Amino acid sequence: MPDLLLELFSEEIPARMQRKAADDLRKLVTDALVERGLVYEGAKAFATPRRLALHIAGLPVRGRDIREERKGPRVGAPDAAVQGFLKAAGLASLDQATIVSDPKKGDSYIAVIEKPGQETVAAIAEIVPAVIRAFPWPKSMRWGKASSAGASLRWVRPLHSILCTFGAETEDTEIVPFEVDGIVSGNVTHGHRFHAPGAITVKRFDDYVTSLEKAKVVLDADRRKEIILADAKTLAFAQGLELVEDEGLLEEVAGLVEWPVVLMGSFEERFLEIPGEAIRATIRANQKCFVLRDPETGALANRFLLTSNLIASDGGTAITAGNGRVVRARLSDAAYFWQTDRGPLPDLDTFQASAEKLDLDLSKPLDQRMAKLDKLGVVFHAKLGTQGERVQRIAALARELAPIVGADPEKAERAAKLAKADLPTEMVGEFPELQGLMGRKYAELQGEDPSVSAAIEEHYKPAGPSDRVPTDPVSVAVALADKLDTLVGFWAIDEKPTGSKDPYALRRAALGVIRLVVENGVKVRLTGFLDRAFGRVSTAGRFAELDSIAEQATELNERVGRQFGLDVEAYVQAQLSPAAARAFIEKTEMGMLAAYADLLSFFHDRLKVMLRDQGARHDLVDAVLSKGASDDLLLITRRVAALGRFLDTEDGRNLLAGYKRAANILRAEEKKDGEGAFAGAPELQLIADAGLIEEKALAVALAQATPKAEAAVAAEDYEGAMAALAELRPAVDAFFDQVTVNDPDPALRANRLKLLNQLRQATRAVADFDRIAG
Amino acid sequence: MFPAAQSDALDPTRSFQGLLLTLQRFWAERGCVILQPYDMEVGAGTFHPATTLRALGPKPWKAAYVQPSRRPKDGRYGENPNRLQHYYQFQVILKPSPPNLQQLYLDSLRAIGVDLALHDVRFVEDDWESPTLGAWGLGWECWCDGMEVSQFTYFQQVAGVECAPVAGELTYGLERLAMYVQGVENVYDLNFNGGEGEDRISYGEVFLQAEQEFSRHNFEHANTEMLFRHFSDAETECKALLAAGWEERAAPAEVPEHYRDDPRYGAFGSPAVEQRHALALPAYDQCIKASHMFNLLDARGVISVTERQSYILRVRELSKACGAAWLKTAGGGAN
Repeated sequence: MPDLLLELFSEEIPARMQRKAADDLRKLVTDALVERGLVYEGAKAFATPRRLALHIAGLPVRGRDIREERKGPRVGAPDAAVQGFLKAAGLASLDQATIVSDPKKGDSYIAVIEKPGQETVAAIAEIVPAVIRAFPWPKSMRWGKASSAGASLRWVRPLHSILCTFGAETEDTEIVPFEVDGIVSGNVTHGHRFHAPGAITVKRFDDYVTSLEKAKVVLDADRRKEIILADAKTLAFAQGLELVEDEGLLEEVAGLVEWPVVLMGSFEERFLEIPGEAIRATIRANQKCFVLRDPETGALANRFLLTSNLIASDGGTAITAGNGRVVRARLSDAAYFWQTDRGPLPDLDTFQASAEKLDLDLSKPLDQRMAKLDKLGVVFHAKLGTQGERVQRIAALARELAPIVGADPEKAERAAKLAKADLPTEMVGEFPELQGLMGRKYAELQGEDPSVSAAIEEHYKPAGPSDRVPTDPVSVAVALADKLDTLVGFWAIDEKPTGSKDPYALRRAALGVIRLVVENGVKVRLTGFLDRAFGRVSTAGRFAELDSIAEQATELNERVGRQFGLDVEAYVQAQLSPAAARAFIEKTEMGMLAAYADLLSFFHDRLKVMLRDQGARHDLVDAVLSKGASDDLLLITRRVAALGRFLDTEDGRNLLAGYKRAANILRAEEKKDGEGAFAGAPELQLIADAGLIEEKALAVALAQATPKAEAAVAAEDYEGAMAALAELRPAVDAFFDQVTVNDPDPALRANRLKLLNQLRQATRAVADFDRIAG
Repeated sequence: MFPAAQSDALDPTRSFQGLLLTLQRFWAERGCVILQPYDMEVGAGTFHPATTLRALGPKPWKAAYVQPSRRPKDGRYGENPNRLQHYYQFQVILKPSPPNLQQLYLDSLRAIGVDLALHDVRFVEDDWESPTLGAWGLGWECWCDGMEVSQFTYFQQVAGVECAPVAGELTYGLERLAMYVQGVENVYDLNFNGGEGEDRISYGEVFLQAEQEFSRHNFEHANTEMLFRHFSDAETECKALLAAGWEERAAPAEVPEHYRDDPRYGAFGSPAVEQRHALALPAYDQCIKASHMFNLLDARGVISVTERQSYILRVRELSKACGAAWLKTAGGGAN
């Protein structure tokens, strides 16, 4: 069966777009083929900096014939109906229609339309230009003379040629003929820009790949990555060093070369005084080079690995020297930042007010930076105030949280006040990904307490589901305060995540809070802290809104009021009477309460997702959440775990079955007798006098187990509570085996139902068994 | 006595001016108009009206020129070997962008002595955007052995107007390129004139003092009150020129009676009258001025983060209005 080869040859495609573009090309072309009934055996797409290529194997020469029947009017129908049918079916006269007989409806016409399958070549010639014209590049452009006209072709960078051949393995292939904006499809490509720029004529995929390889182009990005990684490791090993692996960088570098040549360069040892992360960041971000480390000490070496796109005539000496020069210049900058950030800032006296507000010591460099951040009034979010205001809120919250997580409140507050101080440093300005880490380094240098320094870095953690959770209590306090302030803030202004949109990473923040609490065994009822956090955020927000109304009034007055002789300002001021202001605040308050409840349920959702990812049952979380203390995440997690273990035992499973049976009977009988008909305690005397032995046993078991379970729950001993419930199981089983609940004697019946109700109550003390599946 | 002319002193790998002259010659041979620098302070060669304004409209245009570029914030008192508050850009603008623009660029590198069999030249994604000019384009930074030596852009929009046709813009960082081809690590060590011994003039001899003095000026002494005033003067003048420059070829009947003597009328647009603008270039000069004043104020650190955005927007409004005016001139393709 024939194969298709397609290549779109262009100027350099951004590395970050190549992989997705190849995937899109494959998907769009194969989907369009399948839609036309052209199925294939396999398809693979490739990308290099200058080309997207697609190979589809095992296509038919033409699509399947399509036979379609179109029903027409009955024989002898009015002429108008007949004409309509002929026109719709594309027939010249009724002679071309078939007559079918139906015993009930009589004879009627039917048109059989047979469409021969489309030639695959023709289909491709239609599909490919359409795909090119509507290609989903994240950013695309126009170019050249053609861009004078409105609707000229858009591509990621100028598109130069299109290669498109079709044919069987054993035969000559043919060029699939089409044209896109003046580019005519052909069978010619070009090799490496410098090594083999000449034209290469191609037949099919096999010779395409080998010709390109000869022309110094490795088509497959994954192979380029393998080559780079293997060569990098070999070069490192030869120097007794170890490559610092970096998948993201490897992927990018593989998208910057068609023929990778890995070379090793070096820089002066004196630069190693710069923190290793900063060296790596600058070399990675600006030079796209890998760094190396000493396998013994783990410390960075004064070497780097670059990936060039050229087999240089001097073996790479000039390239290595040139890259080394740039790396040195970059490291000089980093060294300058490292030095500047540790020195005093100019105009210190202007930071006095900020320093007092935040209780900062202006003799220390990091304190100066925090004062600067506050002074500059850098906005965190238009509705949530400045970074300075945010830091004040976080510091207050961290101080409050400190005793609960076992941290020193002074240290927690200090750490929170310095947590964002590295944002205005030169180093973080240049490499935002070093935020936190640089703060820690600068804090250590100015002699902060080790816990405070660590917390400056760790308060951003955990940054994702696989990131480490800090354990130092100071770090935990600041990390919780930072995340809670963010969550509460965005909930207060109603910018919650929706669908796939979560620009402020609020899901991650909530998961971070949960993991901090659960993994550190922090016992805290969130609501108390949410209250205070909401209070802080909303007070600011409320009055800001009032202020802005007053401001708008003044402005409106200037603009419109004067013209029409209206005093808008006075009108609005009147509206903003104390009573009106109170009403406004109360309205805001209601909104806050709703936001608050919503945030708590967001935490529950995140907790469910986390527990489910850990293999816990979704329904168990619901069963536990419906039972009190739903703002204590640690407690919820422990209860879910205990319940899960219990239900894994035979006692647990049987008790659940017994419960369900009891609950079903009760539900049915309560429908007859009314809700709450069996609420009271059973009459023990009646059981003693007329009850069966199993009935007595259950009454005794319940009398013993219920207080035990309740006491255990009160003591937060969920294993104990489950064990107490487990004691009920033999009595419940025996009861259902031997006792008929709906006894003809109404007194006995009611009493037995009351007994079952007690069973239901006993389990509810632990969890809502109704929500458990099974 | 002048020393005898030495032709190899103009070898692009031996002198800064040789590099510059080679590039001029290269692009002159390819049909470019070789212009001299625009006689105003600009942050980049793009600001030259030969790029900003000529990139707009349907008329073909090919030009190349050196443009001294001032970035007050980048001053380092002459102490940083790579950073300058005043440096040279070599700017090429070709409209419409020719299909072989990448090849032309590589040929120009070869012309200034970059051996492409020895050096790793790469086109690395770098999309260009100038918020103050209301302009953006797609392209690359061009790397030579890991060093960014040029900026390569296909303009998509300038002054808020879609480019039709698209122009290709090349910006060479002359000092960097010269450092590269001369094998020098410090910009001030560049051989400026290609002379040897006592005839040798270094880049430092020409510019070091200026870097020191202007760094002091930019960061410490520039009178901010005056700069603020100059900014608003330039802004006001730009708007006034834009308003005054409209000329109508309208049937007078179409202009409402009470507006006929109002000079601003044209600026607010009128239906069905054909308009021409007679002051687009002088108005754009004021826009350039405002932009430079903003850069100076920014370097002095007297513009807060929130204000910064509003200043950028104010300059953009001017440049957009200048672009719109330019399209109504002969150069902008109006009939």
